[in-house]
Amino acid sequence: MYDINFDPANCEACDTCDCLMRCQYMTFDIAEAKREKANINSGRDSRVLTGCATCYACEEYCPNGNHPFYVIVERQEEKGFLPAPAPITRQQILMMKPKGTITPKPVRAPVIDMCYFPMLTGSIRPPLYENPSIIVGSDIFCNIMWLHFARNSVIREQLPRVIENIWHFYLRDSGVDELICFHDECYATFSHLAPAFNIEVPFKPIHVFEYIAGRLDALEDAIKPINAKVAYQRPCSSRLIPETGHWVDEIFLKIGAERIERRYDRENALCCGQVLRAHQRDELADDVQNRNLEDMKASGAAYCVFNCPACMLTLAEAAAEKGLFPIHLSDLCQAALQADAAKG
Amino acid sequence: MDNISEVLAEIVGPEYVSDFPEEKYIYSMDPGTMPACEPDIVVMPGSTEEVQKIVQAANARRVPLVPLGAGLVLSGLSRALKGGIVLDMKRMNRIVEINEVSRYALVEAGTSQGMLQAHLKKHFPNLKHSVPDAPPAATIAGNVSIHGSGHMSHAAGFHSDMLNGLEVVLPTGEVVRIGSCAVSPYWFARAPLPDLAGLFLGWAGTTGVITKLAIKLYPNYPLNDVGVFVCEDASLMPDILYRITGTQVAEDVTAWMTPKPDWAAGFLHCNVNYGAQTKNELIWKRNLIRAAVENYIDDKTGGFLPLPGMMKQRFLEAPNRQLAQFADVRKGGGFEYVGAIMPAELFPEAYELGLDIAQKLAVSYSMGCRIIGVNHSMMFYYAYAFNRADPDDVARAQGALEETNKRVLALGGVPWKAEAPAQREILHKMDPNMVEMMRRVRSVLDPNGIMNPGNWEGI
Amino acid sequence: MKYAEILHRCFRCGYCKLPGNYVDFNCPAYAAFRFETYSPGGRMWLLRAWLDHRLEPSRRFQEILFSCTACGNCVEQCALTKIKDELLLAFTAGKAELVDAGKVPPAVGDCLTKLQKYGNPYGISRKKRADWTAAAVELFSDQEFLFFPGDVGAFDSRGREIARSVATLLTRLGVSFGILGEREVSDGNEAHAMGESELFRLLAAENIEQFNERGVKKIIALSPHGYNALKNEYPALGGAYQVFHYSQILAAHAGRLSVKDNPGKARVTYHDPCYLGRHNREYGAARKVLAALPGVEVREMDRCRQDALCCGGGGGNLFSGILANGPESPARNRVAEALETGAAILAVSCPGCAVMLEDAVKSSNLDQRLQIKEISEIVNERLDGRN
Repeated sequence: MYDINFDPANCEACDTCDCLMRCQYMTFDIAEAKREKANINSGRDSRVLTGCATCYACEEYCPNGNHPFYVIVERQEEKGFLPAPAPITRQQILMMKPKGTITPKPVRAPVIDMCYFPMLTGSIRPPLYENPSIIVGSDIFCNIMWLHFARNSVIREQLPRVIENIWHFYLRDSGVDELICFHDECYATFSHLAPAFNIEVPFKPIHVFEYIAGRLDALEDAIKPINAKVAYQRPCSSRLIPETGHWVDEIFLKIGAERIERRYDRENALCCGQVLRAHQRDELADDVQNRNLEDMKASGAAYCVFNCPACMLTLAEAAAEKGLFPIHLSDLCQAALQADAAKG
Repeated sequence: MDNISEVLAEIVGPEYVSDFPEEKYIYSMDPGTMPACEPDIVVMPGSTEEVQKIVQAANARRVPLVPLGAGLVLSGLSRALKGGIVLDMKRMNRIVEINEVSRYALVEAGTSQGMLQAHLKKHFPNLKHSVPDAPPAATIAGNVSIHGSGHMSHAAGFHSDMLNGLEVVLPTGEVVRIGSCAVSPYWFARAPLPDLAGLFLGWAGTTGVITKLAIKLYPNYPLNDVGVFVCEDASLMPDILYRITGTQVAEDVTAWMTPKPDWAAGFLHCNVNYGAQTKNELIWKRNLIRAAVENYIDDKTGGFLPLPGMMKQRFLEAPNRQLAQFADVRKGGGFEYVGAIMPAELFPEAYELGLDIAQKLAVSYSMGCRIIGVNHSMMFYYAYAFNRADPDDVARAQGALEETNKRVLALGGVPWKAEAPAQREILHKMDPNMVEMMRRVRSVLDPNGIMNPGNWEGI
Repeated sequence: MKYAEILHRCFRCGYCKLPGNYVDFNCPAYAAFRFETYSPGGRMWLLRAWLDHRLEPSRRFQEILFSCTACGNCVEQCALTKIKDELLLAFTAGKAELVDAGKVPPAVGDCLTKLQKYGNPYGISRKKRADWTAAAVELFSDQEFLFFPGDVGAFDSRGREIARSVATLLTRLGVSFGILGEREVSDGNEAHAMGESELFRLLAAENIEQFNERGVKKIIALSPHGYNALKNEYPALGGAYQVFHYSQILAAHAGRLSVKDNPGKARVTYHDPCYLGRHNREYGAARKVLAALPGVEVREMDRCRQDALCCGGGGGNLFSGILANGPESPARNRVAEALETGAAILAVSCPGCAVMLEDAVKSSNLDQRLQIKEISEIVNERLDGRN
């Protein structure tokens, strides 16, 4: 049940093997890449299973939409390869377990899904967010993070229930069928991962950036341009939903922020490093974070703009030390609307 | 006792003497489970001279005298078991001297941990002392005299190991300096003289009143970090602790195991605190510590939690304020713990013992340990929360504490800052010649038996 | 007794005795008396013992309870997050029980009696409430603000100086205000803090009636005590107004408070009053005023903002004198701390603090080294060229 939409024949026919050839954390020549990909597909051992940084990038690189990363995670679990230590994996799963405390609540559009980030609901405030209904809690946690822990099984177990919770406790009875996902990962879960796993989603996920872009249009007269250079930290989850990338550019344009072109952005973005630390690869995490932040600093950016709360928790302090103002994109838009002081 | 109040009022001033019911009530107990024992009088001296006069007056009248710091021992060691006078030392809280180059602080006995910490932060930011996890109101002298431990104990031992010298008032009224300060204006060490400090450490105030003490200070690094190592198998812990402590780069190594929140149950966490002058040094130390337990990381049986900076703050706090919150677990304002000093190699047995007692007696628990020295021993604690408004709950916690003390002793550990009943258990097990020697020492120092009677006796 | 259910939950860990940076004891009663009974933890356990009939509400017991100045340091610092917000409420409830039982220290009883009889704790005729103005201030009738001087501002000699100074400065700045004059009674904050909630309600009702009759919408309070009551307690009794402390009004005019060619160097340290600071989180307004004055160098004490040491006047102690001015009094401790900053002026924004701290300066023989000045006095001096 919930098999991944994957056809090994597509890989056999693929000449470029972009999923491995473009990997930022492992190096291959084309022959080895094809060999390792065949090993993965067939369930044989592969150094990819232990070397994978779980950055999701190969999902984006694959020209065939053949879900190379989901398959890596599948094989890791099948073969008992754990990227993170067993106690940490188990403890994280316990920490994020649904509490079963969800109760029906009437909502009205726009419904904003805050996943399991109750501490961020303060970001959802006027004028950028207009009369929203907010849903949040352990029972609607999207569960996509288990991709980093070789636990597709937990996703399969929890995600259908989460989707059902959202639909039955909030949306259906209120006649709302669109869900605005504040967290990139939630949008990726419902729009990319769920279909890939053949899990049905009865509602339409909307990326928060699409909503924000619309609101900025409506509030155009109130915008005071930021007039600053910004460096954007593209999170791993964006790799699953590259089609949303244009919203980021549009939002920056609308608020008068210049997204500086730098080395580690867009398709060359680097992981924030926190997952690498969970995998006990501290030196790699140090290297990745240093390169990323130095790149931001060298670009002359004033702000380090985040999409993902986890990236922000990981990098904000270090970004500030480099002289960059860490801020979530939503809060930067609020600042452009001069609603209140930007909160880092 | 007729005129003792007046005598004391003459010495310290009437505003610092009380035989009112209110003071007698509050000073009759500490926040632990031990039952109330009311003193007859509470007195608060402001100087060594006043302490001396008080002691002389008490000695002349054979009135029991109980020195008290902040009263946070939790095992009731500052209760007036036989009535008498409680000597609240906290007015004597001057920081007399900070010797920066020789790294020591000379303080009066009532100086609190918090005030010394604040003083150093402001005036000597390159220095710190080893802060226990007791609340900041706890006194330096109280903690040293019970062989306390704290945030430098992996690097430097028990807090009593960090003691350079004492000024004490003997039960017979003499003021004695112990350590280099007896010979020199500097309070830099107890060596190379015959070490009399031990006569006042671990004795629960039964041998005299400490009025001043000098303690070692340590470099206060500008950069600090913590790694929290997690595993699920207690049998691995002795080796994990051995390896981590073997690097000798950390300042504090503590483990914690708790059933709440739910995600923590069954996991053993080991906090490794370290500091450095530069970022590179900090990373180097992190890598050294990590390399020490590489084998566990490689076989996936253990690893360091991926904690972002702001989530580490509570583990970097000294003292750890959250520990006090354990007292509210039963909504009852109480917790008490058995701190068992034992070899680190007994970790798995110590842990199983705690789980067993908690299950059998159905008590809320929290367990953990602090490594003393380079794995030379550990202070393994079994904390039990209770609701002080519910006598049954108090009794349950008391039962758990008693059972824990017994089993700790049977295991080969020694209960730390043991309450009077546990002291008797220890004495029963002790080498009889040591028991006799303790008795002899006390009879010499305190012929009238005035100092905190009821402690370390009764067998 | 209300909040009785939290009394036994106190662990007596002592965090409540200290400020957040642990520099010195910060519970004014504990700092003054030093017995554990006078600490917040001591009070919690004593109240519990009384309710359990293990202690009688003796004179000592009463003194211990009423020595609490309601400064809020314990609420700020208590380590037990689930009970900390109710600590002061519990102490006030305990005081209320004592008031109901008629078991209060004589000085407290005296203060409450005067409040009831005269509408102020000084026992001075209501007719003299507006005497402080020397007729320079108009009665309220449609001005933008009602100026509320409170008891200390209306009746204490030093308080009156401050009230006049603030009124003068407000006038200079073109702020439109008037006073109630004789119709004003005590804001009731101290009655409330002393557990006399019924008296507080009566006083508040009287004021609210007067305010509403005149269509008062905005109030400037001189005293942070009055500010606290008017802002936080009056709405529940039917008196909802926009309430400001005068320092906030001055801060809004910060750009107009200085005279460029009369800088005059001064080293100043600022004392945060409890009812403006800890209770209402207003730490910035007075600092903004001082920062607007060229030549004024502001040095912070170690215990500032949420860590400020109470002057010892709250909880009715300004009138009952339980904390008095002994060598260990919080006021003497505070002025010593101010001196340590190297400041020559200790700036205040509360008339009660001014009275307590000036007494402390005198009894510590520090008159030649430290002056207590209220912030409008500092500003007016400069505007008048008197600094």
